[in-house]
Amino acid sequence: MAGEFGNPEVVEEEVDILLIGGGMACCGAAYEVMRWAEGTDLKIRLVDKAAMDRSGAVAMGLSAINTYIGTEQDPADYARMVSNDLMGITRDDLAYDVGRHVDESVHLFEEWGLPIWKTDENGERFDGSKGMTPLKDGGKPVRSGKWQIMINGESYKWIVAEAAKKALGTDNITERVFIVKLVNDKNDKNRVAGAVGFSVREDKIFVYKAKAILLAAGGCVNIFRPRSVGEGQGRAWYPVWNAGSTYAMAAEAGAEMTLMENRFVPTRFKDGYGPVGAWFLLFKSQATNAEGEIYMQRNKEMLDDYPPYGQAAVPASCLRNHLMLKEMKEGRGPIWMDTVTALANLRETLTPREVKHLEAEAWEDFLDMCIGQCGIWVGENIEPEKKNSELMPTEPYLLGSHSGCCGIWVSGPTDVGAPTDEAMDGVPEHLPKGWNWGYRAMTTVTGLWTAGDGVGASGHKFSSGSHAEGRIAAKAMVKYCLDNKDLKPELDTSVEDLVAEIYKPVRNYMEFKDYSTAIDINPNYITPRMLQFRLQKIMDEYVAGVATYYTTNAHMLEVAGEKIDMLKEDAEKMRAKDLHELLRAWENYHRIITAEAHMKHIEFRQESRYPGFYYRMDKNFVDEENWKCFVNSIYDKETKKWTCFKRAHTDLVDKSKLFK
Amino acid sequence: MPTFVRTEKCDGCKGQDKTACMYICPHDLMKLDKDGSETGHAMKAFNQEPDQCWECYSCVKICPQQAIEARHYADIVPLGGSVQPLRGSDSIMWTIKFRNGTLKRFKFPIRTTPEGSIDPYGGKPAADMSKIEEPGFFVQCNGFREGDRSELIKA
Repeated sequence: MAGEFGNPEVVEEEVDILLIGGGMACCGAAYEVMRWAEGTDLKIRLVDKAAMDRSGAVAMGLSAINTYIGTEQDPADYARMVSNDLMGITRDDLAYDVGRHVDESVHLFEEWGLPIWKTDENGERFDGSKGMTPLKDGGKPVRSGKWQIMINGESYKWIVAEAAKKALGTDNITERVFIVKLVNDKNDKNRVAGAVGFSVREDKIFVYKAKAILLAAGGCVNIFRPRSVGEGQGRAWYPVWNAGSTYAMAAEAGAEMTLMENRFVPTRFKDGYGPVGAWFLLFKSQATNAEGEIYMQRNKEMLDDYPPYGQAAVPASCLRNHLMLKEMKEGRGPIWMDTVTALANLRETLTPREVKHLEAEAWEDFLDMCIGQCGIWVGENIEPEKKNSELMPTEPYLLGSHSGCCGIWVSGPTDVGAPTDEAMDGVPEHLPKGWNWGYRAMTTVTGLWTAGDGVGASGHKFSSGSHAEGRIAAKAMVKYCLDNKDLKPELDTSVEDLVAEIYKPVRNYMEFKDYSTAIDINPNYITPRMLQFRLQKIMDEYVAGVATYYTTNAHMLEVAGEKIDMLKEDAEKMRAKDLHELLRAWENYHRIITAEAHMKHIEFRQESRYPGFYYRMDKNFVDEENWKCFVNSIYDKETKKWTCFKRAHTDLVDKSKLFK
Repeated sequence: MPTFVRTEKCDGCKGQDKTACMYICPHDLMKLDKDGSETGHAMKAFNQEPDQCWECYSCVKICPQQAIEARHYADIVPLGGSVQPLRGSDSIMWTIKFRNGTLKRFKFPIRTTPEGSIDPYGGKPAADMSKIEEPGFFVQCNGFREGDRSELIKA
């Protein structure tokens, strides 16, 4: 009977616009799309694998909005910063477009009820509950750095989701359904026609047909062995539920990927991965080696090895790691965040009331977005004014925001001078030329959009920029649907075959479970958990994880490739003993595809573009002449092979201003 | 710090099909043990995969019985501390207990408007369809930063 474990009920639905994900990007899309779609009869659905109130990277909350341009800066300044932080290779058109739109979203957040810190005319700072002038009317935010503003953000996601849910209407939202695969169109293999997934709550498979799909399901966490391998492996820096679904599903649908060699290795408070931004920028803390020496000063000549990226006022993030790693490798660890000196210095100029406020601010920074770090502080009796904390570079993460820029190649704005032709040979024939070929934020697959961590070659969008990108995409999707009213998407695979594929791990389990007496030890299947451990071990040991201090070479990558090939084969033998394990099985399948893309791109790029994030020890230099270009790729789901190629890079804003 | 459920406090959300913690957990970790076959505690929730817990505290904050707490990651953190919130409609109270007994309490605002009060399009204009291909959103909130065009060296 349909609706039992192993025999799911199939629900089919046809919509015009399908939003996959429920984080900041899809919440932005939901808000914008409904207004443009008013009176059009377009049918819209959002599908989230979790609950929108607390899904995505902002689930826990945030203590800052990291992208707010303000009236004092130009979108071009933002594009410049993004570019330098990512070693010169980003799409200025995409960063610029986020830069000019992003504050619109921040102003809405404040209107909806997000408390934003303010400073008064004397420069004293207040939390966001004091009813001071809103940002949109000229209120002055508390800057913790050039681009960040401080918030009381425990309920940030809850607030943004409330607006999105009300805009969409509850009837158009499906939660706890995990979309695992896009389906191409029967009549045009370069077009998307739908998406399929399953409920993690009941035995149901969902088959959607859609004209336009926004795939915005976050970045990728836990493809590398984490530093903590017991309970603490859940304490990833980025959300542990971001499984690379965005990248894997897009690649399998034929979308062109970009800069998948890029990764982010954040330096954070050790083990809890608490944020360092406010400590460096707001509390003016310094990071030192064990001898108390400030490694950014001690090793500053190392920045000159990487002109011009090391010579900006704020050197690229990877280079700051590079200087820190020297201390660790040469035995001058641990690395300390000198919170004691920073707070003592601040106390000298503050009133007792302000000192009390300062202590609360320091704790709120963690409590709003990384409660686990407070757990470590209380367990180890660390009061930041009395005892310093250790810093540590994390395991690598893949994402299209922060100091990361991997993702999908998308069509950019047409009014900022972006190239419309291709200056390099070797781009596969079927792919578009230039940086804008159609609807804004559409991928190279017709009908498929992305936003947030999905958009490659443009980092630093963070929560606010992801929301704005979702809104930008939503507008274009409405336009596309109106332009293609008569389009009838047809799936290139039968529903029967799709169902069989999705539930294969369940069938593997049902067929073989009685072969052995121990449920987890069975030669006929592999648990998703063990498969994940295998992936993490390969990536850690061969693809520049923490085990090798982020180093690899062509030989190690070749070994990794052989092992990943077999891992992909074994992924077909994953088991799922219940719906929860089916969720993990598909998440880990997405992780494997994403990890493979990462490995293939590192192998293709014959240099070490991001020193401090990874090193190709056989090509341990930045080669501006030959490799100041995008490395892009496409995946063939039939042959299961990647093709990497170059695309030319060009600056749309003048980068030399960074070095004056 | 995986979260755990206090046996004596959890009421399984009074026999509903789904508990609040199951509803909210972003990683599908919380599970209701209906017949007690998994935990020995029928009609109570539990964290089914503690080493996948991000410590986001979504379950802790939403539990109507305040039955959920966190025990610090045992492979990292010495025992004895606790970090416990009480989330209200406009603020959150934190009680911080150190291993050595030191206590701290903090209260932070979380929201300046009543929960559920957002009127997403109230007072906002309809979209101007003639502008659907131009930069900008359907509504302007004084945040669109029209850049200095001379900065665009190829436009």
